[in-house]
Amino acid sequence: MTFTRTSAIVLRQFYLVRGSVSRLVPMFVWVGVDMVLWGFITRWLNTVSGSGFNFVPAMLGAVLLWDFFIRVMQGITMAFFEDVWSRNFLNFFASPLLISEYLGGLVLSSIATSSVGLTVMLLLATGVFGLSFFVYGALLAPYIMVLFMVGIALGIFAVAMVLRLGPASEWFIWPIPAVLSPFAGVFYPLATLPVWMRAIARLLPPSYVFESMRAILAGKPAHVSSLLIGASLAVLYILLACWFFQGTYRHAVRTGLIARYSAETAS
Amino acid sequence: MPESSSVLSIRELCKSYGQTVAVDHISFEVGRNEIVGLLGPNGAGKTTTINMILGVLEPTSGSISIESVDLERQRSRALQCTNFAAVYAPLPGNLTVYQNLRIFGMIYSVKDLSRRIEELIEQFELKRFRNTKAGVLSSGEQTRVSLAKAMLNRPRLLLLDEPTASLDPSVAQEVRSQIRDFAATGHGGVLWTSHNMYEVQEVCDRVLFLSKGKILLQGDPRTLPREHGKESLEELFIALAREPLMATERVS
Repeated sequence: MTFTRTSAIVLRQFYLVRGSVSRLVPMFVWVGVDMVLWGFITRWLNTVSGSGFNFVPAMLGAVLLWDFFIRVMQGITMAFFEDVWSRNFLNFFASPLLISEYLGGLVLSSIATSSVGLTVMLLLATGVFGLSFFVYGALLAPYIMVLFMVGIALGIFAVAMVLRLGPASEWFIWPIPAVLSPFAGVFYPLATLPVWMRAIARLLPPSYVFESMRAILAGKPAHVSSLLIGASLAVLYILLACWFFQGTYRHAVRTGLIARYSAETAS
Repeated sequence: MPESSSVLSIRELCKSYGQTVAVDHISFEVGRNEIVGLLGPNGAGKTTTINMILGVLEPTSGSISIESVDLERQRSRALQCTNFAAVYAPLPGNLTVYQNLRIFGMIYSVKDLSRRIEELIEQFELKRFRNTKAGVLSSGEQTRVSLAKAMLNRPRLLLLDEPTASLDPSVAQEVRSQIRDFAATGHGGVLWTSHNMYEVQEVCDRVLFLSKGKILLQGDPRTLPREHGKESLEELFIALAREPLMATERVS
């Protein structure tokens, strides 16, 4: 495995983003809009609830972390879609590029693009709406790390699915975070959910992050052990996603799908 | 280690999809400094063979060695000394000529890449398109960019799938000349597919006729037609394409 080949994938993404407003703007506009929208909603909730509960860290902080998770996932899928849209599979996969190098390039591209989004969100949330991450203490870093790892796992799983089902299946990918959010308990405690939804939530690492966050804000001890479960699940999901991608790639090479990808079928 | 005389060695290569056999136990070699033409009608198995050599299609059986490196066992190493250009694999149109060459140069781990890019930009007369997106170039210009990419790593095995299909005669002649120079002066060999028999006769040292996944004939394209009672390579091609079995019986 060579870092030069991995860097080539990142450089490609850099060239594309640098030369295109339509790629650059969405990196920070949607997260910025979310921060402004939820910033004002939480301010309003603080004034009308009268409970003294501060909604800013509970809800705006949760939206920020959830948006970060989505950006990580989309950082991978967008970099992959560039190859789908430019019909570049043959050029890349008929080269010495290893699958691990290719995936590594997608992950590094995602780190770069999601960092831009995270920075914009932090500037807005802290500068305009007074969100302070000091309330989460040292656990903020593991929160971000767990969500980052799940974003990576989901991104790799999503691109494997598109590789398997063809270019049109990208429409399955966009709604995935929205489908997961009710189970992840981004805005409410998991106890709010019915039993069957809670069972699914336990399989989702973000649910451990958001439960732990809420515990801290409620003045309770952080759920460190449950956060460890979330982190372990995230690592497991990354390994499973890589295995799934490898299997899908092997299937595509066996059937000839890589060479005829735009046909969406090898038969 | 002394260089092997062949850059590509294919043994009993077979690809089938269920009951359909696309490539049927073919064996051949491409020698160093040799240009081998892979000929055959549409659907004969040429592109399937090339896709297997490029590692994007898994053979059902058989083996492929590039520079004595087994493709199945050491895919990345074998493809490190291979490159290709094909009309159906254009370079990303949303990147400039320079950006494409830079990225693929990194993927092929080309040493002293900046200098190599400049050499190829010069060689393929791409200077004025250096910062132009590949997608807005004419098909002839895009072919030149694809060929420049294919030459980046000074490949030992160069695969060209109908490289002149969309070129005007003048540009096609230039491209043929550059490929001949590549084969004559370097250490590599070329596997070339084309439907232009004039071109094949001009460029190739040896041709293989493929039909229904099998190699029916092989030999020197300049002498092969006469050896089989035909006036030209095109006439021989048509005879083999229309009635492959009867034609081989007649010519053998």
